[in-house]
Amino acid sequence: MSQVSVKQNAKVELQPQGEKAEAKKEIVYSTEKVNLWYGKTHALHDIELDQREQEVTAIIGPSGCGKSTYIKTLNRMVEMNPDVKVTGKIYYRGQNIYDRRFPVEELRTRVGMVFQKPNPFPKSVFDNVAYGPKIHGIRDKKLLEQIVEESLKGAAIWDEVKDRLQENAFGLSGGQQQRLCIARCLAVEPDVILMDEPTSALDPKSTLKVEELVQELKAKYSIMIVTHNMQQAARISDRTAFFLNGEVVEFDKTDTIFSNPNDSRTEDYITGRFG
Amino acid sequence: MAQSTSVSALIKEKRQKSKRQKLENLVPAFLFAAASVSVLTTVGILLTLIVETAMFFSEVSFREFFTSTEMQPLNRNNPTFSILPLLSATLLSTVIAMFVAIPIGLTTAVYLSEYATESARRVLKPIVEVLAGIPTIVYGFFAFTFVTPVLREIIPILDRTNILSPGIVMGIMIIPMVASLSEDALSSVPNSMREGAMAFGATKFEATVRVVIPAAISGIIASFVLGISRAIGETMIVTIASGSNKNLTFDITQSMQTMTAYIVEVTSGDAGAGTTAYYSLYAVAITLFFFTLAMNMLAKYISKRFREAY
Ligand SMILES: Nc1ncnc2c1ncn2[C@@H]1O[C@H](COP(=O)(O)OP(=O)(O)O)[C@@H](O)[C@H]1O
Ligand SMILES: [Mg+2]
Repeated sequence: MSQVSVKQNAKVELQPQGEKAEAKKEIVYSTEKVNLWYGKTHALHDIELDQREQEVTAIIGPSGCGKSTYIKTLNRMVEMNPDVKVTGKIYYRGQNIYDRRFPVEELRTRVGMVFQKPNPFPKSVFDNVAYGPKIHGIRDKKLLEQIVEESLKGAAIWDEVKDRLQENAFGLSGGQQQRLCIARCLAVEPDVILMDEPTSALDPKSTLKVEELVQELKAKYSIMIVTHNMQQAARISDRTAFFLNGEVVEFDKTDTIFSNPNDSRTEDYITGRFG
Repeated sequence: MAQSTSVSALIKEKRQKSKRQKLENLVPAFLFAAASVSVLTTVGILLTLIVETAMFFSEVSFREFFTSTEMQPLNRNNPTFSILPLLSATLLSTVIAMFVAIPIGLTTAVYLSEYATESARRVLKPIVEVLAGIPTIVYGFFAFTFVTPVLREIIPILDRTNILSPGIVMGIMIIPMVASLSEDALSSVPNSMREGAMAFGATKFEATVRVVIPAAISGIIASFVLGISRAIGETMIVTIASGSNKNLTFDITQSMQTMTAYIVEVTSGDAGAGTTAYYSLYAVAITLFFFTLAMNMLAKYISKRFREAY
């Protein structure tokens, strides 16, 4: 199935010059004029943003600017809050996920999410990783073992846990738990991985590990990562979106955002004048 | 400056002189005495039970009490003592009660914790808790005058007093306990678990069954065990609705007497003080005591041992 649509080509033309080589990368997610309200709180204003295949998009901005809210609209987890209203369109691989008939559960198996606080299940390391494949009907023990090993290797944690697969995941360190959660995502072979400040609860060493991991994973997956750490965004992302008060102030290649931002507010933020 | 130092000096002096310090010293002693009351009572009860039970076993052998099957304490010519008929009644009524209380209690807990909206919860929770406040005599009456006649329409062979009806009603009585303790356990599972599960494409029900309930399982099982303990010790409902037949049977349509109901019967005067039948009451009571103690300790152990640190 070809995912390129006319609409996406139109988007590509809007990109600045000199990106012709990259223009071939398909757009995985395209957000059009998304507004979101929590009750009466208008949390997102006219968001327009694209996520490309095999790229890392960083979302930066001060606390409360809507980063988490936005990333949760992409897998519709935001609907877990009562009283949420969303308008606009978000296309995932060409399909509007806010279409009423769109299968949310299916979307969430294609789009993994890593949360701010590591949230392994109170089960063994093995069962944590096997959880996703299991709920999607994989029962074969050999196959599960293989998936678990590959996912743990993919999340660069295999060597640390291979001898304690049957131990409770809560016994792992915070950094290990977060990589376990990434492994849990990889086990269902997602297309996109959404990460909401995945390193904010981790020590510097574990943070570095997760950052390296993100760099490796982008060869296979499209990644969107929320961070309030600008150095992190600069280090690991291809594109960066700067959010402020529920709006996208600027969205561009990371180099451009950090060396030559268009908007003075972006400049103020990245030079640390506020936030 | 001068004034403030003099004030503080004055306060100091007052403090030392006052009776406050003396009173303060008495407080721990007083509190200790108050705390001792419950400890001493427990010890006292246990001692009485042990002494009187020893009297009983000087007349009836362990072997007879725990392995024979006939219970005819008031038979003048040949009284027999066996706990097994009473145990079978207690066991059956407890099993029946838990068949009612566990599914309904757990379903209620899952509904309240996972599905109910805030406003529904605000209405429903107090209603469930009211059930817990109904005196057991009312439940007993309800079993005897309402549930049994209804059941007899469905099951004609049901005796007028039987173990089924009080078992069911006991289950209803225990629902709030199971529901509220299980609900506490479920709601203490952090939201991040639910999010984690649903971010995988689990439906709400799948997330509940595969992640939330397993995460709360220690609290849930502890609530079951406490429910069982409550069922074993329940007295009024069975006394009223299951009669006083001391048969060793597993036929739930028959009248049976539980350990608790036996104690009621014997203490209400059929056996004169000093008779073997009178002492048997203590042997039954101590058995009952060990059962409920074991259940309570098991519940504590389960909730400690398997507590999940989130
Ligand atoms: N569940 C909620 N109910 C109501 N308002 C919310 C909720 N979650 C977030 N908000 C509001 O939406 C705005 C954006 O929040 P959020 O997306 O969490 O910001 P960020 O992740 O950038 O710190 C904030 O003003 C916040 O108060
Ligand atoms: Mg956030």
